[in-house]
Amino acid sequence: MSAEAPRADVHHLAQTDEAAMFERLSRSNLVTTWKWYLGVAAAGAVLLWGVIVFLYMAMVGMGVTGYNRPVFWGLYEASLVFWIGLSHSGTLISAILRLTHATWRAPVLRGAEAMTAFTLVVGGLIPIIHLGRNWRVYYALPYPSSRELWPNMRSPLMWDAMAITTYLIGSLTFLYVGMIPDLALLRDKSAGWRKRFYSALSLGFRGTHAQWRRYHVASTLFAILIIPIAVSVHSIVSWDFAMAKVPGWHSTIFAPYFVVGAIFSGIAAILVLMIVFRKVFHLERYLKLIHFNYLSVLLLVMSLLWFYFTFSEYLTSYYGHEPNEMRVFWYKFSGAFAPYFWTMVTCNFLVPLILLSNRKTRTIPGILIASISVIIGMWLERLIIVVPSLANPRLPYPTGIYIPSHTEWMLFLGGVSVFILGYMMFARFFPVISVWEIQEGRQESAKTVTERITSYMPDPQPRYTGSMENE
Amino acid sequence: MKHTWAMAIDLDRCTGCGACVVACNAENNIPTVGEVEAGKSRLMHWIRVNRYWEGEFPEAQAIYLPIPCMQCERAPCELVCPVYATYHNEDGLNAMVYNRCIGTRYCANNCPYSVRAFNWYDYKWEKPLDEQLSPDLTVRSRGVMEKCTFCIQRIRRAKETAAEEGREIRDGDVVPACVQTCPPGAMLFGDLADPHSEITRKLKDPRRFRLMEHLGTEPRVVYLKRQKGAGR
Repeated sequence: MSAEAPRADVHHLAQTDEAAMFERLSRSNLVTTWKWYLGVAAAGAVLLWGVIVFLYMAMVGMGVTGYNRPVFWGLYEASLVFWIGLSHSGTLISAILRLTHATWRAPVLRGAEAMTAFTLVVGGLIPIIHLGRNWRVYYALPYPSSRELWPNMRSPLMWDAMAITTYLIGSLTFLYVGMIPDLALLRDKSAGWRKRFYSALSLGFRGTHAQWRRYHVASTLFAILIIPIAVSVHSIVSWDFAMAKVPGWHSTIFAPYFVVGAIFSGIAAILVLMIVFRKVFHLERYLKLIHFNYLSVLLLVMSLLWFYFTFSEYLTSYYGHEPNEMRVFWYKFSGAFAPYFWTMVTCNFLVPLILLSNRKTRTIPGILIASISVIIGMWLERLIIVVPSLANPRLPYPTGIYIPSHTEWMLFLGGVSVFILGYMMFARFFPVISVWEIQEGRQESAKTVTERITSYMPDPQPRYTGSMENE
Repeated sequence: MKHTWAMAIDLDRCTGCGACVVACNAENNIPTVGEVEAGKSRLMHWIRVNRYWEGEFPEAQAIYLPIPCMQCERAPCELVCPVYATYHNEDGLNAMVYNRCIGTRYCANNCPYSVRAFNWYDYKWEKPLDEQLSPDLTVRSRGVMEKCTFCIQRIRRAKETAAEEGREIRDGDVVPACVQTCPPGAMLFGDLADPHSEITRKLKDPRRFRLMEHLGTEPRVVYLKRQKGAGR
């Protein structure tokens, strides 16, 4: 605790160094601006429209979408993979950064973890939205029904439902556990209903030595446990496709390809979010260029990896030249989906490669453009995986073309607004940047890094004593 | 007694007239979707006749390939249904429980023969067409998948009749609508478990083949290959 004398000219929360930082980082909790209300109203309006469109679809039938006989899946399933993909990076990156003791991690973690939670909420809604009979979704739950009928555990959709649920619970817990010290801080510095709210949530955390020790053990354990869950979730999402006997889907590369794509799009989303935060909450002192620099280099690496996977995937199908596979292949390379395919390659590979490999363009605007480009490219990639394979079934009839209708687009935008609303609500109640980790970083990092660097150094030579007796 | 229902389709005899499609629509309460929906590729037919061209004009010849549900022994659709709405019944048929279906449409994606149809809407039969609906089977609601059942209602009726008369099902007791209608008699239905049935004899023909056998789905629909030569 700082021993400074209280000053009258500043907000009572900002009277000490620590408190000033806390005030800045939890600013979004304290002040409600008209912009916040405007944002909530706009996102809420879009969401309301999305809900109406959804209810209309449920009441009238899936016919209001652009789906047809060979293309039974389309934009909903592409969005599912897209959102689950975005969810990937948050918790995964945060866990990896924690475990590798990356000392620059502190300001990145909270935003990334919260992103995982909200993208998963959106992603988790889609499997329900896309059903022909959404009101019967409970048939897929393993409950003891009078027919003694359980769900079919051989179906990749069941694996998917379980994986997403596990990941949602896991990452919400991860986010929550990561917030406990901050919640305790909020409890100490708030009054009224907020005091009661944070008291309940902070689970009696008082910051004693024993509590901190246990807390560190717990968060390390969580970080270790969440990594295999994260990797398995996207593998399983890929198996929704890879397990099917469909040309262009039935491929062993899908699981790692999806995981790489997920981390790739997730990092891009984290970067966009961080840039937005920095602007909105004036966090230039916390989210520094170096953070963007590190993450954008990671984005560049993932872009190269993505290209490598894409190349291997298509090279294999081209070389095998199996007629059914080739129809899908040409549909993507020069057929109806060629514009999307080549836009995807540009967005996912060329733009990030050019912008991020050059130090002159690896600036905040450059990184923002590259990240948005990657998000668009990865969204297209999901669509390119889902639709062309279905539009070109093994037998020539029926073939189909897929044009998404207003319904699919509105539900996609509805998903975006759920995400935005979730994030805005989150920012109202919790610090968007982890206060305790920044404090800890300030106190510990320099020491930790010095110790670590010293440990890399060659051990000092044993002093030559002039005799060989010791050996 | 266990049955092994199977269908044989002689491509030498098929003229591509489409009577099987019409008969199937009438028998199985299949909705007529109309011009606009058909243009969106949302036909509900349980059997379709694929047409292939062989040779160049003026010697061009059409080959017709009627495709009902193959009733695969190792059906890819059954594996992927999360709620067991499509399953293998005691006769080895690939059955569909409409009430159980939640409409993930995964089965249709995984069907290599693309024979499954999805109810995009609650289809209506205008008066007096609703009078023709068969009471033997459900009119499916929106959001469920459906497909050829080998006219399971006729199989059930034949079993009941046989049981009432205290005998086994005889060859020819079960005739699905498409087989019954086929004007050139290109289709044949029967029990492969019965060594003396007509289909057992017919399928000894060396012309037999199954559609996309390499996929390992083991279809119950067997085709007899079209032969070339004079008079054909």
